[in-house]
Amino acid sequence: MEYETIIGLEVHAQLLTKSKMFCGCSADYASAPPNTHVCPICLGMPGVLPTINKKAIEYAVMTALALNCTIPEHTRFDRKNYPYPDLMKGYQISQYNNPLSRNGWLTIEVNGKSRRIGITRVHQEEDVAKLFHRTDPSGESYSLVDVNRSGVPLMEIVSEPDMRSPEEAREYLMKLHSILQYLGVCTGNMEEGSFRCDANVSIRPAGSTEFMPKVEVKNMNSFKAVYRALAYEVERQRKVAEEGGKLVQETRGWVEEKGATVSQRSKEYAHDYRYFPEPDLPPLELSRKFVDEIRSRLPELPDARRDRFISQYSLSRYDANLLTVSRAMADYFETCLKPLPQGAEAEKRAKTVANWLLGEFSRLLNATNIEIKDAKITPQHLVEMLELIDNGTLSTTMAKTVFEEMFRGGKSASQVVKEKGLAQISTANELESVLGQVIAANSQAVADFKQGKEQALKFLVGQVMKATRGQANPQMVNELLRRRLAHSQ
Amino acid sequence: MASEYDLTVHEAHDLLKSRKLSSLELTKAVLERIHRVEDKVHSFVTVTEDMALTQARQADENIKAGNLSPLTGIPALIKDVMCTKGVKTTCSSKMLSNFIPPYDATVVERLKAAGMVMMGKGNMDEFAMGSSTENSAFFVTHNPWDLDRVPGGSSGGSAASVAAGEAIYALGSDTGGSIRQPAGFCSVAGLKPTYGRVSRYGLVAFASSLDQIGPLTKDVTDCALVMNVIAGYDVCDSTSVDRQVPDYTKSLVPNLKGLRIGVPKEYFVQGMESGVEQVVRRAIGKLEELGAEVEWDVSLPHTRYALACYYIIAPSEAMANLARYDGVKYGFSAKEAENMWDAMEKTRQYGFGPEVKRRIMLGTYALSAGYYEAYYLKAQKVRTLISREFAETFTRYDALVTPTSPTVPFRIGEKADKPLQMYLSDVCTLPANIAGIPGISVPAGFTDGLPVGMQILGKPFSEETLFRVAYAYEQAAGWQKRRPNL
Repeated sequence: MEYETIIGLEVHAQLLTKSKMFCGCSADYASAPPNTHVCPICLGMPGVLPTINKKAIEYAVMTALALNCTIPEHTRFDRKNYPYPDLMKGYQISQYNNPLSRNGWLTIEVNGKSRRIGITRVHQEEDVAKLFHRTDPSGESYSLVDVNRSGVPLMEIVSEPDMRSPEEAREYLMKLHSILQYLGVCTGNMEEGSFRCDANVSIRPAGSTEFMPKVEVKNMNSFKAVYRALAYEVERQRKVAEEGGKLVQETRGWVEEKGATVSQRSKEYAHDYRYFPEPDLPPLELSRKFVDEIRSRLPELPDARRDRFISQYSLSRYDANLLTVSRAMADYFETCLKPLPQGAEAEKRAKTVANWLLGEFSRLLNATNIEIKDAKITPQHLVEMLELIDNGTLSTTMAKTVFEEMFRGGKSASQVVKEKGLAQISTANELESVLGQVIAANSQAVADFKQGKEQALKFLVGQVMKATRGQANPQMVNELLRRRLAHSQ
Repeated sequence: MASEYDLTVHEAHDLLKSRKLSSLELTKAVLERIHRVEDKVHSFVTVTEDMALTQARQADENIKAGNLSPLTGIPALIKDVMCTKGVKTTCSSKMLSNFIPPYDATVVERLKAAGMVMMGKGNMDEFAMGSSTENSAFFVTHNPWDLDRVPGGSSGGSAASVAAGEAIYALGSDTGGSIRQPAGFCSVAGLKPTYGRVSRYGLVAFASSLDQIGPLTKDVTDCALVMNVIAGYDVCDSTSVDRQVPDYTKSLVPNLKGLRIGVPKEYFVQGMESGVEQVVRRAIGKLEELGAEVEWDVSLPHTRYALACYYIIAPSEAMANLARYDGVKYGFSAKEAENMWDAMEKTRQYGFGPEVKRRIMLGTYALSAGYYEAYYLKAQKVRTLISREFAETFTRYDALVTPTSPTVPFRIGEKADKPLQMYLSDVCTLPANIAGIPGISVPAGFTDGLPVGMQILGKPFSEETLFRVAYAYEQAAGWQKRRPNL
């Protein structure tokens, strides 16, 4: 039987605010020693009360607007009750019946086709503390609590069950990630947990409109993990269904090492969160003025920027897409094009810059695991290098070496060229002796060429390039060789 | 001169100001009183003697330097539900028997800034759940007017200490009557301010949408003086209201001309003791004599739903508020346990008393999937109706006057096993918490030698009206001058 895949994603994104959601503690705990960013409020001490971080609300509203959501005039917080040692108050302040936004969407592209994925809601809540499970030498297990993360603003973005494949889920997640980075509201670091994703997955016979029991998949710490876990889970469910088994509603965790999802909790043990309105926080007014002001500050988002790159720089859709996924890359690209050359040169320069960024630059970033913002090579360096290629000082081949050197050392192109003696040999005199040697050492190729084999000339040019360690201008070598071989009849 | 410990705040202030008395002398007199009567009364969970003496000496320095505010150098007791930096705050619970807060509640901070001498922390029903102070995990507080009887609750220690001269004034908290009912039982003045008038920051939460801190004092003037200090907006409490605080002493005028006062019949409930009813009706008659227009037959029919509504909402909020006590971070922690969950369960099993557990279970039930609409949501709707009914009534009356409680102080143990009877003790006070309106209890006299309180209710932020009615009555009746024989 044919099955249709139904996937909905829940994303939790920590907001890049200075302070926590309900107290004045610093929210930047990444490199802080355990339990140093804490106060009576985020420790959940008796008698404390929360106060709302306005910046977090602003960021969440901004995100909701970027995701085309509707923002109500009032929103309110609720208590989500469940006991766990990482939850300082025994309840999490979250939003239930009156979230700060609903009914949005974002667009993804899979196999060249655009699809809108619905966003159910974007709401605001607080993160919980972090537990570390340890075992002492005697074999006794114990847990440590680091409260630094407790109370860090957390935004939850819930999608509609609109995705029909793991590919679509990955695209959705990457697009959402990209949007949050454009907005500057979240670091988006999945390994560190500042951008986390849970998925609801089910299958149903193709053509059916009923939903089958859904499985919540957790513990996916990278885009790749999300894709693999979903692909695994869809396949697992399909097998169970085909073998006549019964699918059950449950929570399953992705275990990277096993490449499989493992059952954690079935529905019978599901929590009853006993939500009720948070009495310590009065309803929050989201005035139209406040919302409009935020709307007016929305930056250009990835889709709009991609479309502009296509029309303004005549880039291919493919290149424009790749360049605009990350705001940092798109910014880097545009900085390289300031000032933009005139006329046809502009298009050529844009294409060249795009090639370098998507080629060598991306390759080196990946290989060294460096982020664009930390890259030593500046847009100015890249532009200077391109100018050296244009004026013939550097060959494209040599430029790759130069670029890598610039990437590693942070020096300018001209500096690298000077230090390594890498300038292209562009005068005939400098090449004459090398040509002589190559001709003398390759009589067979010379003879072949004279008998009309063009391939032989290419070989000879290559030999010259090799002898000059790539510093010769290949076009010039080509011309000089033709001339010498024609004369030596 | 009467004994120093019998002084009111304003009397003590006058003596301090004229240098006829030092804060140290006053503080020592109160400490001596504590040493003499505390064995009988048991108002205090903790007596902070050293701190009190230090603060008194500091107050005397300030007075010498000319820095004297109405509360400077005056001994007070703080109910043990308000956090005091460096001083144990137990909520009269085993769960917090060793908890020392690292911070002061906003009210404590404000009183300290106003020169308070803190005598200690007041006994109470565990986590403020109760009406007799018998639910304290430590000991029962006794009514100074009759030591065989309860002082009321949950702020029983606060009320008893003021009546017994163990503190010149006290702070209590009121979720369903916990200031007013013990004030009535101990013949002192007690105000539950409008919800949002006084910051709750640092008040260990029982039911967040109902809790409010207020003063318990020997007379109405003192009540106004304490309110002048503790009332006002606090950025740390989002439910506190940013609204100017008037000088409440300005409303202390001895006549009630032009005031319209209603007497709601629903507050004279079935089962009310006839002695209480007589005393209260006589007191209301006095208000008429003082110039008030009294309407004796006002009706607020939704009052009868207040008790049920309260016992859904308060336990629901309490269930969440008390979830943090799991033995992991502070307070009591059960050590003999199989694993983490077992430790958390045992901590709560042994750390909480029976009334607290009863309310946690009530709240858990009322909020559970499938019951939420029938209980919690319904109660919220009833709450709205009760509030509206009050609002509508207050378009016709400046104040409503009722008994504070249907009975005189009952005997210790009398209702300990009868939770429903105990709950009825608050039947006259809890509608004010549900509607968020202010209410004050003033001594209205005695029946068979036992105190009776009269409650005055007003619309939100009408504390001035309440003070005016209470003050005029007090000045005419004079009950505030009586002291128990101890």
